Formats: sequence, structure tokens, C-alpha cells
Amino acid sequence: MSVRRVMGAEVEYGISVSGQPTANPMVASSQVVNAYASATVRARRARWDFEEESPLRDARGFDMSRQVADQSQLTDEDLGLANVILTNGARLYVDHAHPEYSSPEVTNPLDLVRWDKAGELVMLDATRRAATLPGEPQILLYKNNTDNKGASYGAHENYLMSRATPFADIVRHLTPFFVSRQVVCGAGRVGLRQDGHDHGFQISQRADFFEVEVGLETTLKRPIINTRDEPHADPERHRRLHVIIGDANLAEMSTYLKAGTTALVLAMIEDRFLDRDLSVEGPVSALKKVSHDPTCRALITVGDGRKMTAVQLQMEYLELSRKYCEDRYGSDIDEQTADVLSRWESVLTRLERDPAECARELDWVAKLKLLQRYRDRDGLDWDAPVLHLIDLQYADIRPEKGLYHRLVRLGQIDRLLDDETVEQAMHEPPTDTRAYFRGQCLSRYPEQVAAASWDSVIFDLPGRESLQRVPTTDPLRGTREHVGELLDNSPTAQALVAALTH
Amino acid sequence: MPQEHKHPKKSSDEVEEVEASPSTDAADRKEALDDDVDAILDEIDDVLETNAEDFVKSFIQKGGE
Repeated sequence: MSVRRVMGAEVEYGISVSGQPTANPMVASSQVVNAYASATVRARRARWDFEEESPLRDARGFDMSRQVADQSQLTDEDLGLANVILTNGARLYVDHAHPEYSSPEVTNPLDLVRWDKAGELVMLDATRRAATLPGEPQILLYKNNTDNKGASYGAHENYLMSRATPFADIVRHLTPFFVSRQVVCGAGRVGLRQDGHDHGFQISQRADFFEVEVGLETTLKRPIINTRDEPHADPERHRRLHVIIGDANLAEMSTYLKAGTTALVLAMIEDRFLDRDLSVEGPVSALKKVSHDPTCRALITVGDGRKMTAVQLQMEYLELSRKYCEDRYGSDIDEQTADVLSRWESVLTRLERDPAECARELDWVAKLKLLQRYRDRDGLDWDAPVLHLIDLQYADIRPEKGLYHRLVRLGQIDRLLDDETVEQAMHEPPTDTRAYFRGQCLSRYPEQVAAASWDSVIFDLPGRESLQRVPTTDPLRGTREHVGELLDNSPTAQALVAALTH
Repeated sequence: MPQEHKHPKKSSDEVEEVEASPSTDAADRKEALDDDVDAILDEIDDVLETNAEDFVKSFIQKGGE
């Protein structure tokens, strides 16, 4: 494979209520999700199908009347239910104390950027809708990963992989890649250590929160390689690699290269192409060492004792990827894979020369450049509150206040997609995965979809005593090519289910 | 058609001319960039939240994931 593979992104947003620092973040998160759901999800609100194996009638338990969305009625029990599926195939819900957007399944890095950016617009729309309720204060969302006081929340990626690949191979080859890829996809952070106690700038939001090499946890003793194994597909054939080490990116190029280069490395692992030992000595401390050095000169020890920078280690992966693609595809290489390789090379070459040259593309460099300008103009040390504010406000998702957005508007940051393409993805699913079937069912038959999840759509049809569950086990079925005609020929959910069970 | 074919490429003289006056060019560009930086910081100043210290302090999150 190339950069093409089934993948997705799951982002938890930082949340605060304007002027109310002690507001309950679970209530605020529910208000955001419910405001969006009430306004945009037509008629019945399809629920997330948690218990796919349980008797079908149980799924009715998740089908609440819309009155529950009334904020005054929210209880702890109800809060767990702020959980909806959108017509673009994404899931919008409350995870712990944060609103989360899980993108629909896509097949390539550019689509990942598109539906991830669409998630930012969904969140923005949700906060605006929540603010229109009388007496409700403004809820602010941030696409970042830490409050700089000890708490961190995730921006996870998931990649569908072959079950045949030994997990030990993944750990061995992916760990050095993850230690070093932050120089490309770090989001930048003012503050060192988990609680930000030490002053300075570092490349990654997340590096200081990782404590072990491999593990199942995501909230404590976070591991570089997470072993959570929920394939949401045929478990005999697939695993779904759950990547928790990434930063939440605003810059499209950062997200694009993050997903594209990771997909390439996974392809090489699956094809057993990696024969070189690139293991990093002490990966957990190396991760922090790399993050804490924005000059990208810090040396880490690799494989047989060679010392190199994280940029150089990334160049080893780049060189291997070039060889791999040449070997597998030659001149038949697909456009996007070629594009990822060339942009990756360009970025690494410039990072090696002077990281500042990547300020138009990479989040951490763009953020650092802005911070440096303030430091130069105002003679500020890294403990200056305004520098911490710039770090935080860079991730504010409002176009009028978010500094990432201001920098784009000022022509300082390059984009890969236009506004219209992203806005469209708020409502429309990708056409080449099962997200198409899920999203289309929701937009075509909103009254009849009782629940849905990654691997099913559940219908409640008039005249049928039990709910009808349509499994969507294969992420690459249920595409427009597969079911477009079927959907076009099914004016009602009854007709669709009849055709499917025929 | 043949006429179009004969269209000359940019003469090397022209190119040399551009390269012949680097000092003023570079100075102009530097000035433009400095203006740019000031303009950018002015714009960012305008949208920054007031009272940075309190604002940052009050951003307290629970862990997630």
C-alpha cells in the first residue's frame, strides 16, 4: 500500500466557559453537543450504538426524546448520552470532560485533513448555537492538548492494519518514527513538564505526558505505542492501530504529513520492508529531548549506537519510503503518495537547514515565529503571561479570535484545501468508505435510523416489532460505488432494508 | 504559428539587469518585511484576550482520552 489506507482522527477539544472558570466541563461539553444535535439532526436523533451484541430492543434505550437536550434537565446520567452521529459519518459526543469529534473513515491523508477540519467547523457551529440559548454564556473551544497545569487530552489517529502483522514489528519500527515525527507534526507549546512548571518553548504539546513505551492506558502512564485493539472490522483480518501520541494540529500541512508519513511507515511494516534497526535508546526520554529542542539539533542514539537528530532519523524513514515506493510502484506511484514524499522531503530539508523556513506549513514553527516576534518586540522571557496566552489562543477555533486563523488570514500560513471543500464535508460523508452508507442513511431516512456506530446502522421501521440492524463490518464496503444506486432506488428506509435482506 | 515560434525567450540582458541592483532591492524587501511584522503584531494585539495572566490561569482542564 501507499499513503492510502482506511484511517480516522479523534479530537478532544479543550473547553471553557467565558467568565466562569469553575463551570462544569461535562455540562458545558454536553451543551455544545446537544446544541448542534438539536439544530442540525433532523427529527429523531440517532444514537450511538454502544452495545452491538445486545438484544436489539436495548438500543431503544439510547433513543431519547429531544426534550432531554434542554440544559436544565441534564443530569449526570443524561450527560453520558450526549452522543450523536452526523450526516458526514462522524461521531460527535462528550468524552470525559471534553467534546470530541471522531472523523468518518477516510482512505487517504488529504481526506483526513478535510474531515478533521470539518470537525473544527462543526464545533464552531455548535458553540455558536449553544450561545444563542437565552442566558447561556459563551463556550470557548480550543484544539490543543494541555491546559499547561498538568492535564492533557488527546488527538488520536486510527489506522486499519492487517491482522497478520506481528504487533512486535509495529512496536519496533513505529517507536523511533513516533519519537521523531513531532519535528513535522508537533503543535508547539509554551511551558515545560506536565504542569508547565519550567519555562521555555517545546515542539510538542504531548511529549511530556508520555511515560512508558507500550501499554493499554490512555489517561495514565501514557504509552508511545497504545495497544487498544478495537478493530471495528473483521478481527480476523484487521487491527485498528490506535495512535495516541499525536498533537492536535490546526495547520493542514501538519495533519497531512502526520497521516501521510505514518501511513507510509505502516505500509513498510506490513510489507516487512524495514530491515534497518532504527531503535532509539531510551525512547521516552528521547521523545522529551527532541520536543525540548526547537533548534532540532538535539542528538539521540539510534540502532547500533549512531547519534543523529530527529530530523535525520525522519530522513532515514523518508529514504526507506522512497525506496519502498520505487520498488513497489516505480513510475506508477499515485499522485498523493508522490506528493506526500515530496513535501516530506522538502520540509525535512528545510528543518535541517533552519526550522524557521517551515513557518508557512508547520504549526509549531508558525507558533514559535509569532512568539519570537513578541519576545523581540517586547523583550519578554518565556514566563510572560502573554506568551502563554498566544500559545492558548493559537488553538481558539473561532476565526475572529484564533491566532492560527488570523495568521492564515494574514497570508502567513499555507493551506491545502479551500473553505468550500471543508464546509461541504461538515454535512457530506466520504464516498469511498462505509461512512458513505452511514451518513446517507442519516440524511435520507432520519426518522428511521434509531442508532448507528462504526460497524452498524440500526433502523426502527413502522410495523416491525424489532429493530433492524444492518452490519457494516467492512470499512471499504457501503461506498457510493457499492450502495449509491441502491440508496437512489430506495425512497424509504423500509425499501432499503427490504432490498438489503432480499 | 511560425511567428509565435520565433518569439524570443527573455533576453539574458534583462535577467542580468535584475541581478545588477541587489542592494536597494534587498533593503526594500527588508523594510517591507519589517512593516509586515509590525502590521502582523498590531493585528494580533487587537484580537488577544485582555488580561493575559487571568485568562491563562482560568483555563483549567480535566484530563481526557
